[in-house]
Amino acid sequence: MAANRQITEDQLDMLRQEAGRTGRVQDRGIVPVASPFPKPALATSYHGNPVLKPPTWTWQVPLYFFVGGVAGISAVMALVAHIVGDAGLVRHALWVGFAGALTSAPLLIADLGRPARFLNMLRVFKPRSAMSLGAWTLSGFSSAVGLAVVCHELILAGYGYESLLTLQWLAETLAAVTGLILASYTSVLLGVTAIPVWSENRRLLPVVFLTGAMGSAAAVLELLGFLVPATQFIGVVASTVEIVIAIGIELRDRYVDRPLREGAVGWLTRAGAVLAGPTALLLRIFWGHSLAARYIAASSFLAGALIARYAWITAGRVSSRDPQALFQIQRHKRTEARST
Amino acid sequence: MGVSAFLTDATLCIGCKACEVACKEWNHIPADGFNFTGKSYDNTDSLGASTWRHVMFLEQPATLGRQITGTADPFRWLFLSDVCKHCANAGCLEACPTGAIVRTEVGSVFVQNDVCNGCGYCVVSCPFGVVDKNHEVGTAFKCTFCYDRQREGLVPACAKACPTQSIKFGELDELRKRAKLRVEQLQERGYDDARVYDPEETSVGGTHAMFVILGEPEAYNFPPAPEVPIVHMKSAWTAALISALIVVLVVCLAFVL
Repeated sequence: MAANRQITEDQLDMLRQEAGRTGRVQDRGIVPVASPFPKPALATSYHGNPVLKPPTWTWQVPLYFFVGGVAGISAVMALVAHIVGDAGLVRHALWVGFAGALTSAPLLIADLGRPARFLNMLRVFKPRSAMSLGAWTLSGFSSAVGLAVVCHELILAGYGYESLLTLQWLAETLAAVTGLILASYTSVLLGVTAIPVWSENRRLLPVVFLTGAMGSAAAVLELLGFLVPATQFIGVVASTVEIVIAIGIELRDRYVDRPLREGAVGWLTRAGAVLAGPTALLLRIFWGHSLAARYIAASSFLAGALIARYAWITAGRVSSRDPQALFQIQRHKRTEARST
Repeated sequence: MGVSAFLTDATLCIGCKACEVACKEWNHIPADGFNFTGKSYDNTDSLGASTWRHVMFLEQPATLGRQITGTADPFRWLFLSDVCKHCANAGCLEACPTGAIVRTEVGSVFVQNDVCNGCGYCVVSCPFGVVDKNHEVGTAFKCTFCYDRQREGLVPACAKACPTQSIKFGELDELRKRAKLRVEQLQERGYDDARVYDPEETSVGGTHAMFVILGEPEAYNFPPAPEVPIVHMKSAWTAALISALIVVLVVCLAFVL
């Protein structure tokens, strides 16, 4: 808004004198509020207003995506390690899964508008809703991985019953299957919405989230001391995929992906990609023999994966505010429909 | 009463906002605050948790039918009352994990406020940006289609208050016919760009709140080809399944190699 300058009594006197002398007054005049007045134009949206509502989720949600992913893939690694016979890793992987499961529920409950009603999530089983499937999967995973941990600890404590071992195998398998769903359903949760940057990337999001989860699970185990070839291999693969995804988003150059490339969120996305991708990969390849380098690589990947979750959620918020992102996706569909 | 419907006609609306007031008073919705948006006379700005009828004001450099104005350039001032579309295939209903959002016997989409726990998934699933979370109460709110009034045989508050019958309330099939007739009538009178906005050919499958508008839907922030997000489920889950299988493969290779 243009500020109008204060006019003094002397200035008013001068105006009167000038009017009396010349019959006209030359002055800048006042600048009306909201001038220059907008001329009506055939609008491409309603006053530039957003069409969609932004996500209402708080900081706990991206953190849960990260933690749930680590927990889920950790359970997968526990099962595979158990099959192969890597006993030490099994125990830690199961505990990581269990710890992740225990942290996930409070995070989700805290995000709810009415946390006291969290049990309403289990009122219905609605697999068509990714959020319903997620609530049930988290419940199932927590139970399975908890049971696996209990069985494993009991066996380690000396209660080596045959049935306990069978129960552990069952629990581990169930934990691995539900763990995979846990790590991947969040990408479907975002993809099956009206938000343009999410729905148009619904085939990419599972790759992003699962790669992040897999690399993060391995990185957590590395930080717990498992600097073994298995975690190095997973780390290298995960970082390579992260690089490919990041380059792909930049090269694709779609209007709908602008939040991922432009502005603050664009830089957040790139930061996440750089930490999880080239930083970790270069450390692993060129300094793979150094323990310190592997710890740094693991930490870098974890930071990058966590940042990427926040970047994707915030990108959704930005995308929801842009009416053109929505209209552009739909306009060509409409012209297709009209021509058929 | 079969399936209830709204037909809101931009060519009859005078922008009085009686519908906004009636809706707020009947449903005891809190005030939004005094917002001078500067977007013509619109001061509710959009539908939301505390605005279930939103009157839109469009100023356009086009003529209103064959109207001759005194202005040098063509000009028309349009008004329309926006509302929840009560979709035949509703994004919010599909998304709700608690079963709070249900289809009533009058065909409307209804949020049971005592069940909703405020997860916010409906908010990002609505292709029209209607439902929103009230951050003080914590749960989701939207137009109820005056379900409580309909159950007593009454007409929704907004339809009752509308002085020009721009908001028509009735049976769905009948209002669909009336909408077509109205557009034909308007086009005969020289309103060439009159059309019905009722996206039956998309996955939304038609809405129980239809509109007669002048010009393109985008000018009213109506998506030209809205989709109910659930149609993307197959492609999203396929990608998730393939990615998950590859992860299992990589983890196996990691331990075997």
